[in-house]
Amino acid sequence: MNRINTIADLDYWQESLKVDQPEGLAQVTVCGGTGCRAYGSEKVWKAFETELSSIQADVDLVYEVKPTGCHGFCEKGPLVVIRPQGIFYVHVQVKDVPEIIRETLLGGKIIERLLYTDPVEGKKIIHEEDVPFYKHQHRFVLGLNGIIDPVKIEDYIAKGGYQSLKKALTTLSPLEVIEEVKQSGLRGRGGAGFTTGVKWELCRNNIKTGTDGGYIICNADEGDPGAYMDRSVMEGNPHSVIEGMIIGAYAIGVHQGYVYIRAEYPLAVQNLRVAIEQAEAAGLLGEDILGNGFDFSLGIRLGAGAFVCGEETALMASIEGRTGEPRSRPPYPAESGLWGKPSNINNVETWANIPLIIARSGQQYASLGTQNSKGTKIFSLVGKINNTGLVEVPMGITLRQIVYDIGGGIPNGKRFKAAQLGGPSGGCIPAEHLDTQIDYESLKRLGAIMGSGGMVIADEDTCMVDFARYFMSFTQEESCGKCVPCRVGTKAMLDTLERICAGEGKIEDIDYLEELGNHIKEASLCGLGQTAPNPVLSTIRYFREEYEAHILDKTCPAKVCKALITYRVDESLCTGCTACKIACPAGAIFGESKEAHVIDEDLCIRCGMCMSTCRFNAIEVV
Amino acid sequence: MEISVREIHEIVDREAQGDGSLIAALEEIQRRFRYLPPEALMMVSDGLNVPLSQTYAVATFYNAFSLEPKGKHCIQICMGTACHVRGSPQILDRLEMELGIEAGQTTPDGLFSLETVNCLGACALGPVVVVDGEYSGQMTAQKSLNLLKRVKKQEKEEVKDE
Repeated sequence: MNRINTIADLDYWQESLKVDQPEGLAQVTVCGGTGCRAYGSEKVWKAFETELSSIQADVDLVYEVKPTGCHGFCEKGPLVVIRPQGIFYVHVQVKDVPEIIRETLLGGKIIERLLYTDPVEGKKIIHEEDVPFYKHQHRFVLGLNGIIDPVKIEDYIAKGGYQSLKKALTTLSPLEVIEEVKQSGLRGRGGAGFTTGVKWELCRNNIKTGTDGGYIICNADEGDPGAYMDRSVMEGNPHSVIEGMIIGAYAIGVHQGYVYIRAEYPLAVQNLRVAIEQAEAAGLLGEDILGNGFDFSLGIRLGAGAFVCGEETALMASIEGRTGEPRSRPPYPAESGLWGKPSNINNVETWANIPLIIARSGQQYASLGTQNSKGTKIFSLVGKINNTGLVEVPMGITLRQIVYDIGGGIPNGKRFKAAQLGGPSGGCIPAEHLDTQIDYESLKRLGAIMGSGGMVIADEDTCMVDFARYFMSFTQEESCGKCVPCRVGTKAMLDTLERICAGEGKIEDIDYLEELGNHIKEASLCGLGQTAPNPVLSTIRYFREEYEAHILDKTCPAKVCKALITYRVDESLCTGCTACKIACPAGAIFGESKEAHVIDEDLCIRCGMCMSTCRFNAIEVV
Repeated sequence: MEISVREIHEIVDREAQGDGSLIAALEEIQRRFRYLPPEALMMVSDGLNVPLSQTYAVATFYNAFSLEPKGKHCIQICMGTACHVRGSPQILDRLEMELGIEAGQTTPDGLFSLETVNCLGACALGPVVVVDGEYSGQMTAQKSLNLLKRVKKQEKEEVKDE
């Protein structure tokens, strides 16, 4: 790779890459995201490479094998797309590879068995774009995920990468870049939803008056359990984040940036590291970028497993090498941030939106979305849903469209109960608000938040009290302990919830949780404590009757809370196969072979092993 | 595991010459030895010119660091929301019972460490169990026992080979 010294160099490089990679090139793309890798996709693309290279000498078959970033439809992995036709195969294993080459690549035939079956209509679907999961999405930030090889800068450049940087550096002044971002209406995708352009402007103004520069930071400490869109963007298209950051640095007027990324994402770290090295080698990071006289370098800092470090002041303390404890604001990072200098911090998805805004214009970007929420948002649609994965949708889409049109509804004919948005800082939206528009304000009105984009679907088998207890135990454990309301308050709330789940709750507990929750929100130092009570308050708001059932009737309507349920054998269905008896770790199941078994309630530890082992549905929970 | 003072020195020197980041140095030592030996904390403090109290504070604040030696095999159970609603608590209970330890502990024979992680970002595969860095998706308590059995079997074969 040669260093790009001028604009002309970049254009020449892109043109020559386009010749090498013309539109409509025959490719086998294999998803290399963490999800598909867990299902063995690496072995699949290696098998394609080996098989194809062994036969390509004999037959006229030119296919390029390309491992790509996350396609989003993780549940169906490993995913293989044969281009240019767009033939979409799911759950592809190494043993399927010779057949795909023989039948589809050479014979032009479709292998029915590997096609995706629509769970709603039961139809087989051949092409990726026809799969309902993709059809209703607007893949904008994720546009190149699934198409480019994330560790090849050439792929990104060939698809127009770094052209927005060129446009910004050559045709726009820093203030004009900020103006475009302001006009786009882009709001932070990390949770709070502050207007990005305004944030940049504040930081820039402080740097102008100061003397010794400042920093920009990419918050890639995606700690929200149930959310993984930032991981996929970094794994699948790391250069889009880097390009966004260079443009941001130019606009704000800083020369050093950091990506603070959690160590739990090894592949994202690796791909980002490779991408930064490539950008440095190409001269897109470093001194005199594109011959424009602008310098910017980018470093990586690894998080060490502390949820609170997603909070901006805690994150900066962590970069400085200290314990990740937040501090009170003001001063805001825009005034005094990393090492006391003005700093601007945005999340991964926000940075990845920047090149897309500059490539078009702020105004054009703003045509997508609602009055106050522009562009798209990526959600990780997980939990009790048929089509699990990453979905990118325009702001303003309804929750119903996401859950039913894209998500394909709830598995096993169960009833939708709620969607939990925003994880431990967010709240849930019950079935009666399924037609709510997804935008910052509407979600807030319902007691949920956009958050970073975790969307966990709960069905009738999900206990909302247990759900609230789960989030509270999470925040309680992750509370850094610096301020009293959060440290002591979350513990008190958790204790109360645990008592309720254990069937020892009092009816006053519900009011107590609400009162305490509101105090914690008002008095805590940082965002973690200020939002920690939300999952509890929101479940009380919509599912108070479930709390009451636990307290007054000593029952768990969803049959989840261990202290309130009993496992029983339905004698009419039990065949006496002894499978449950063998599986039971507590020795609580008795009965002779071929005779109905019984569970000793006192010995039973309610682990559910018997139920998951039984092939005759003979174990019931009452 | 044998602790090599020379290796710790190398890690500290490299970091001292680079960014001088305390967390990065500790992460490297943790990766190498799977825990932070007491002498490493002192060497890092000296090498990076950071008070030992701060090094200790950092080492005990972040989940990624451990002051206790870890087992040979690391079993991580994802406790993210998606895994939780799909039944990861049952898997944890079962493995705790099977190994006779609680999450965060190591078996007395030093073979297994059991850990919970908040979210691995592999939500579509939930519940997820990771054994020595290898992901297994859509787990059940029964499947996790099979996974454990496999590792134990490999372990036995290794002993036999030796």
